[in-house]
Amino acid sequence: MIRYVDEFRDPELVRRLLDWIQERADRQMRFMEFCGGHTHAILKFGIRSLLPPQVKMLSGPGCPVCVTSARDMDRALALTSVKGLILATFGDMMRVPGSRGSLQDAKAQGADVRIVYGCLDALALARAHPGREVVFLAVGFETTAPTVAASVLEARAQGVGNFSVLSLHKLTPPAMEAILQAGEVELDGILGPGHVTTIIGARAWEFLPGRHRIPCAVAGFEPTDILWGILALVEMAASGRPAVCNAYTRSVRADGNPEARRRMEEVFEVVDADWRGLGRLPASGLSLREEFSSFDAARRHPAEAPLDGVDPPGCRCGDVLRGVLEPPQCPLFGKRCSPEAPVGPCMVSGEGICAAYLRYAAC
Amino acid sequence: MGPGGRVLLAHGSGGRLMHELVQDLFLRYLGNSLLAAGDDAAVWSVPGLGAGRLAVTTDSYVVSPIFFPGGDIGKLAVCGTVNDLAMVGAEPLALTAGFILEEGLSLSDLERVVVSMAEAAREAGVAVAAGDTKVVDRGKADQIFINTAGVGWVRDGTHLSGAHARPGDVVLVSGTVGEHGLAVLSMREGLEFSFPLASDCAALNGLVAEMLSCGGVLRCLRDPTRGGLATTLNEIALQSGVGIELEEAAVPVSEGVRAACELLGLDPLYAACEGRLVAVASPESEGVLLETLRRNRLGRQAARIGRVTANPAGRVVLLTAYGGRRILDMLSGAQLPRIC
Amino acid sequence: MCLAVPTRILEVEGQEAEAEIGGVRRRISVALTPEVRPGDYVLVHAGFAISVLDEEEARESLELFKELGLPETEP
Repeated sequence: MIRYVDEFRDPELVRRLLDWIQERADRQMRFMEFCGGHTHAILKFGIRSLLPPQVKMLSGPGCPVCVTSARDMDRALALTSVKGLILATFGDMMRVPGSRGSLQDAKAQGADVRIVYGCLDALALARAHPGREVVFLAVGFETTAPTVAASVLEARAQGVGNFSVLSLHKLTPPAMEAILQAGEVELDGILGPGHVTTIIGARAWEFLPGRHRIPCAVAGFEPTDILWGILALVEMAASGRPAVCNAYTRSVRADGNPEARRRMEEVFEVVDADWRGLGRLPASGLSLREEFSSFDAARRHPAEAPLDGVDPPGCRCGDVLRGVLEPPQCPLFGKRCSPEAPVGPCMVSGEGICAAYLRYAAC
Repeated sequence: MGPGGRVLLAHGSGGRLMHELVQDLFLRYLGNSLLAAGDDAAVWSVPGLGAGRLAVTTDSYVVSPIFFPGGDIGKLAVCGTVNDLAMVGAEPLALTAGFILEEGLSLSDLERVVVSMAEAAREAGVAVAAGDTKVVDRGKADQIFINTAGVGWVRDGTHLSGAHARPGDVVLVSGTVGEHGLAVLSMREGLEFSFPLASDCAALNGLVAEMLSCGGVLRCLRDPTRGGLATTLNEIALQSGVGIELEEAAVPVSEGVRAACELLGLDPLYAACEGRLVAVASPESEGVLLETLRRNRLGRQAARIGRVTANPAGRVVLLTAYGGRRILDMLSGAQLPRIC
Repeated sequence: MCLAVPTRILEVEGQEAEAEIGGVRRRISVALTPEVRPGDYVLVHAGFAISVLDEEEARESLELFKELGLPETEP
């Protein structure tokens, strides 16, 4: 029995919550699950096929792997040609396409690219190989950024000189704002990211009911958590009283994790960032502050030529990420674009939205 | 073929890419009916040799690290080869072992591996009849690579193949899945366990002999190695042109493997086993086969995990613990750990 | 979208801790959850504890699921 996991996967509770949703959803409702982890869980646990037909879930851009632009991948790829440099990355980034191939391709051609589970692993690599430069490809939202910040602070405290970070971190509220501003999809509610919110606090989503009159339920990732969050959205959509509901109270607090935010703010500053599918969003990314320049791979290796970052032809990842297109509606889905040969980042391994749809296809 | 025209690590992981490579390249040029059959060993009758059939198989072992809880590359080489023969119902007659050694490998490590091989061969009742030794420069091989061939004899009347599954058949597994894959990966990732997570590496020929003589009607045996249970079931579904329904809640998974999978972001259904088998059998045989399996120490946690259907042909459908249904595909690429 | 796993803290040593899930032991950083104590359960993401799980809230949630109380949605 794995505590805090198995109890929240109880089939009896899942069935009851599903029945309750069926009963309370009195009309067509469209909710966006912002977070890729939710998309993945909803498909993997078969929840998608079990929800009543009047409740429709759309996937959003909350997959830090999928929203990494070709241009940013090119920056990472450029680092792999630096002599002796070790690029440490999360496994999910290995197959994200840049303009000319992925990190996996670079590795096959001899680049030293290593998969790690976290930034501290990259720091350990740097200590183990003092003669070589180690760069950590820092991808992720507000859940991951504090861990990278803490690692950079640790590196500074230990005086490690051969370690740096290429920050591609992004912030989630601006992306949600952009989707709502674009107005391309009609939404009755948003299923909020439980682990991001663990850091930033439930209060951070008040702009959703406040400015956009849209309810938000912050949910965890086990089946009962997700259904509880959806039930909350159904209630709020049905009653016409949008609010922020914390449906993950065992981890999420109103003010999140202040210590984590403190470290994040100490090391990073907010900058504009490129989001695949959403374009350049103001104040949506993180970059290392000046005083941490020796740990900033972008400053240590400034890009030599302007990088254009070409998106693969025919790729509709942008539309999928904005909830405008469902993966099976993309003409390349499952045909020219598959997990073995992904065209766009949404199909990369099991992490991308499209890969999840294909892999966990209902039948 | 893989994108970019180069061999990728994923081509070796037992999943879809590897299957495509085998189809598009190896079978294309080397193809013949024996190779194309797609079972764990090639089986054919040799005129003059008697009423049974000869079985031949080959394998290479490149596991890293070479020593892991529950075994090592030597034990793995013997058990894996014996198992490939056992899966087509062959009694192992002899093995060969070709060693590719990296310059600088410690002789005491080599000895440890060879001693382990000898022990495993003795337990399986098989002899290493031929061998070869090559040494390559430092850096050109990761400590040891072992290539094996296995020769066996399939008695008259035994016909096991991945192409024999029929709608209505039951699908059994001999025990908990993912032990080997997680034991090796955990060792690589430096995970420690309060209780040991060990590879399930074991020779299954004794167990198979018992299953063949218990009166059950067996269609197919397969050991779920690289790519795990999910990939193996997909292979059978494709070979037989049938569907397979897998009940998620029925698949035995040990607590340690489950926990390690949660931590590493992996799915036990895709993790390798080296001492387990999947059996497809007639529905009437379920009882006697499970009884036979559970009587053997290698089959104590045997369970019925699914059944063969007519549709969707060539696919595996997972029945989730919540009453949902979804496709369970073959492993795609290498199992990359999730962060998010 | 972030994989975080509930893990039990066994021992705390400064900014690091020995933690355990289902029998698997790991060394993690608790730099982001300085208030953590042995016996607590934390969510671990990328090698760091990001929150201390509230046992009481967890119990209440499960009760609510069982009794089908409705989620707190008053603004």
